[in-house]
Amino acid sequence: MIEGIPIQHFLIVSTIMFFIGIAGFIMRRNLITILMAIELILNSVNINFVIFNRYLYPDQLQGHFFAIFVVGIAAAEASVAIALIINIYRKLKNIDVENVNELRY
Amino acid sequence: MNILTLLIVVPVLTIIGILFTKDMKGARAVSAFGMTIQLIVAATLVFMYLGLRKAGVTDEMVFISDYTWFKSLNIHYTTGVDGIAVVMIALTAIVVFAGIFASWEVEYLSREFFISLILLATGVFGFFISIDLFTMFLFYEVAVIPMYLLIGVWGSGPKESSAMKLTLMLMGGSALLMVGIFGIYFNSAPNGGPLTFNILEISKINIPVEAQRFFFPFTFIGFGILGALFPFHTWSPDGHASAPTAVSMLHAGVLMKLGGYGAFRVAMFLMPEAAHEQAWIFIILTSISVVYGAFGAIWQKDLKYINAYSSVSHCGLVLFALLMMNETAMDGGIIQMISHGLMTALFFALIGMIYGRTHTRNIYEMGGLMKVIPVLSVVYVIAGLASLGLPGLSGFVAEMTVFVGAFQHEDLFHRIVTIIAASSIVITAVYILRVVGILLFGPVKDPHFEHLRDATWFEKLSMFTLVIAIAGIGIAPLWLSDTILDSLKPIVHKLAETNVF
Amino acid sequence: MYNYTILIPLIPLVIFLVTGLLGMKWKPIISGLLGTTGLGISWVLSVMTAITYFFGSHHEGAFETIIPFEKLWLTFSETLQIKMGVLLDPISVMMLVVVTTISFMVHIYSLGYMHGEKGFQRFYAFLSLFTFSMLGLVIATNIFQMYIFWELVGVSSFLLIGFYYQKPSAVAASKKAFIVTRFADFGFLIGILILSFITKTFDFAKLTNPDGAVFANAAGMSFMGISVMTWAMVLVFMGGAGKSAMFPLHIWLPDAMEGPTPVSALIHAATMVVAGVYLVARLFVVYHFQAPDALEIIAYVGGFTSLFAAVIAITQHDIKRVLAFSTLSQLGYMMLSLGVSGYGGEEGLGYMASMFHLFTHAMFKALLFLAAGSIIHAVHSNYMYEMGGLRKYLPITHITFLIACLTIAGVPPLSGFFSKDEILVAAFNHNKILFGVEFLVAGLTAFYMFRLYFNIFWGKDRHYHHTPHESPLTMTIPLMFLAFASIFSGFLPFHSMVTSDKMHFDTHLHLAVAVPSVLIGLIGIAFAWLLYKKESKVPEKLAKQFGILYTATYNKFYIDEIYLFVTKKIIFNYISRPVAWFDRHIVDAFMVGIGTVTEKISYRIKGMQSGQLQHYAFMFVAGVLILALVLVYYI
Repeated sequence: MIEGIPIQHFLIVSTIMFFIGIAGFIMRRNLITILMAIELILNSVNINFVIFNRYLYPDQLQGHFFAIFVVGIAAAEASVAIALIINIYRKLKNIDVENVNELRY
Repeated sequence: MNILTLLIVVPVLTIIGILFTKDMKGARAVSAFGMTIQLIVAATLVFMYLGLRKAGVTDEMVFISDYTWFKSLNIHYTTGVDGIAVVMIALTAIVVFAGIFASWEVEYLSREFFISLILLATGVFGFFISIDLFTMFLFYEVAVIPMYLLIGVWGSGPKESSAMKLTLMLMGGSALLMVGIFGIYFNSAPNGGPLTFNILEISKINIPVEAQRFFFPFTFIGFGILGALFPFHTWSPDGHASAPTAVSMLHAGVLMKLGGYGAFRVAMFLMPEAAHEQAWIFIILTSISVVYGAFGAIWQKDLKYINAYSSVSHCGLVLFALLMMNETAMDGGIIQMISHGLMTALFFALIGMIYGRTHTRNIYEMGGLMKVIPVLSVVYVIAGLASLGLPGLSGFVAEMTVFVGAFQHEDLFHRIVTIIAASSIVITAVYILRVVGILLFGPVKDPHFEHLRDATWFEKLSMFTLVIAIAGIGIAPLWLSDTILDSLKPIVHKLAETNVF
Repeated sequence: MYNYTILIPLIPLVIFLVTGLLGMKWKPIISGLLGTTGLGISWVLSVMTAITYFFGSHHEGAFETIIPFEKLWLTFSETLQIKMGVLLDPISVMMLVVVTTISFMVHIYSLGYMHGEKGFQRFYAFLSLFTFSMLGLVIATNIFQMYIFWELVGVSSFLLIGFYYQKPSAVAASKKAFIVTRFADFGFLIGILILSFITKTFDFAKLTNPDGAVFANAAGMSFMGISVMTWAMVLVFMGGAGKSAMFPLHIWLPDAMEGPTPVSALIHAATMVVAGVYLVARLFVVYHFQAPDALEIIAYVGGFTSLFAAVIAITQHDIKRVLAFSTLSQLGYMMLSLGVSGYGGEEGLGYMASMFHLFTHAMFKALLFLAAGSIIHAVHSNYMYEMGGLRKYLPITHITFLIACLTIAGVPPLSGFFSKDEILVAAFNHNKILFGVEFLVAGLTAFYMFRLYFNIFWGKDRHYHHTPHESPLTMTIPLMFLAFASIFSGFLPFHSMVTSDKMHFDTHLHLAVAVPSVLIGLIGIAFAWLLYKKESKVPEKLAKQFGILYTATYNKFYIDEIYLFVTKKIIFNYISRPVAWFDRHIVDAFMVGIGTVTEKISYRIKGMQSGQLQHYAFMFVAGVLILALVLVYYI
């Protein structure tokens, strides 16, 4: 099904996703959006895992396993992050990342 | 158990003993007891050592024991001593013993004080008995760290900043030293085979000259900082001025000797080619130290500063002598370490005692103390005379051996710097007599001083231990000098055979 | 057979230790008696030694050098060793007698003089220490032993000058004495070092061997155009000049008179100050064969000092200072005499004369000081203008003082005449200029001594607090003994005892020198008689006449002030103070500066840790990108 599509296409998509994620992570102020940006980054990496696995070692499954791991960890991470965000919200009454700067010099 | 290990076990047990005491009296009694035992152990060691030599044992190091500690890195706990280490151990034991009695009346946190003090001593003893560079370095650090607490907590004046300055400068030295030691370690097997930290084994092989050139200055300056090498000596005046009595005694008396001892046992012994090549730089620096410290002392008002600068001058002479690299001068250098250790400890003990009475260290605020506290004053005069090199006291033996040894060099450079260094005997006389004249003689300056009490029994014990040691060396120096000379022979031999000039 | 000689110095040492450690617990007088008895034994032993050595076995040829005791003290290397030992040869035996005699007399004298002083025990302890050190110096078998005891006599002198330690002037004087001699000793030490470098030995036996084998290395060695041996020997002489207070290192001696008078008699007149002369005599062979230039310098320094001091002595009012300058002048004589001496037989007349004069001078100068002490004891003043007409009150002191004055003025047949005459002959034979100087000094000596004498014992009675009375027997007996010695010691056959090559030679009176020298002495006395016998205004007028010259002389030609300027102003202010400043503000500031700079930098860059998550993320990503670019394009 994907025989005709060159690998570059996938890589371009994943790269674009990755940088969108990075940009979102750095520029957005809202913590929830930042979390979403992280999801984008993770998923762009997932695409790479799966694609490289498929193209380079079609008879092996390590890449797929990794992708599943990442998804699992992303879920755990999301729950922890949202718990943190809720706590931050309780404390600061907003979820703007610029206000979370207690840990500085 | 090996007698050398006993030298570490005794202080450690003493520390544990102090932990079980409740108050100052208990703590000091246990410390005094422990350090008396330590003194006895040290004396036994001296006699055992002399006995072995008399019996014809010609090993470079004796009482060797060896436990593997970190197998993968080939780190051992290796102990062993030669004549030089033995006399340094004896010196340490005497100074620590005197130091305990000089701090008999420390009331603030006295348990912690004695624990830190003895921990420091443990480090020093460990340093002298080690022949494994890594353990040696470890003990060196053990000796330096308690110093920070001792000065910072029990000191006087700007104690925090002095403690910080002292510790940072010494740590800077340690950093250089560590580079040097690792440099030696990684070059300790130029022909393949396991790397080693053992001094004796390293001394048998030749470290590549390029490596020596690079690592010698690190090692030498690293130790040199502790030995108050110009221009890295400035921790000494401030540190001493702020430190409590016993700490000044131990520090100037013993800790500064680690520098001198390490400089020749590690830096020069293991890297002789580089030592020969670079000696001239350090000879110039040390001869500056000698004269400069003495001149600096003339202008000071604070008793401790005077003595600190005097230490710079005398310790400069130690390194100067060691760098001369012939038997006589090095012998003199080591005697000078012992002599300076004893007399500077005596000086600091006396200064502490005088300060405890007059509550000032400014010489211009005192005067005529000879009349009111004669015992302390007489001992002060004796210490002063020892410091200016009066025959019959230890300073003379040391200085003369250094000068005679240094002057036997064939080239003009060594002889001229010897003359410069020798001029310190005049300058030393000037500042010592100035202090003695202002402090002790003349009319009593302050009527409050009329009723000072003279030395108490523990102060006398502390002072007379040191005075006897000083006079003992001064009157009969032969055994000391011979003990050192015997042990110096292999070192000088190694230095001489690699003399590239 | 001379094994017992080791006891001579050891007895005072033991007494010093015992008195020093336990003395304070005793009654004072016990220390005094113990010290005196001990010294008495040493004295008897010394005299015994001298008699057996000089007259014991009849021998032909040279006196032997005997080393009855020697023990290794410190090893420097295989060849350089310090030994402690006893060396007996003519000069050391003679010095043993001089030192113990004077010291014994001073011990007896002090029983009376120091009676009731606080610190009586301390005084005796220090006297014993001094005597021990001086004896050790005299019998030294090698130059380093000599140096050791040289330092020890220096410190005992320091302790004794500063005996009245609550008196600031005494403290200053003791400090000055120590530092000036220490400076000279620095030269001595360098001299020793050079000698040891060349000869690889310290032993006098090898150094003073006339064949000079040990100096073979020295040939052709020179430094700054002057041969290395001259350097060495001049530096050694510097040490001697310091102890013997030769110009320009003489400044400490007049001040040293702050010490108790018996101390001045013992240390600063008879024994310690001749150590320099003794040193040159000890190394005379080396000087003569290896460094004749140095010997020349010694002669001129000695000659100049004797003239210089004699001139100053004329103007001084403090009787002890007059005596101090007189000592300087006489020491100049001795040095000069060594300087003009040759080696062997008649040539060595100067050497013999110098030692002879050392001996007689010790006797009469100690006598003068002790008599002065007796006078001070009676009138409680040091100044001659507060004295006068004392001959009625102090008969014994008067007679003995007069004898001493006549002796130093060189009136025959007292001992001073013989020794001084020999010196003048030696000078006459070698150097006419120096002879002229010494001849003049002989007249000056007679003049200032009799100025002193007439001022004290004649002239008008002063108002005294209480009628002066003669001193107790403990003080007058030493006076009488020394007066006896001053009269008769001139008849000792020095020319067959103490000579440059230890051989006998014949001397005879040189009338051509002796007669004028006696005459000029008498002229000097006559002048003094004219000026000072009766109270008169002439001396004051004369002093006014000379104006500046007189003031300059009275102030000792401002040499002290020059020294003070150099030490206080230049060394303290322009060396020591800048060094202290430099250390605090440059070296230390640099070290502190490293710390400060680190702190400043960290203060500046700590803003980077803003707490803003997104800053960190940006940094991280930027870093990764840069690394990636570097990896892609450069590797």
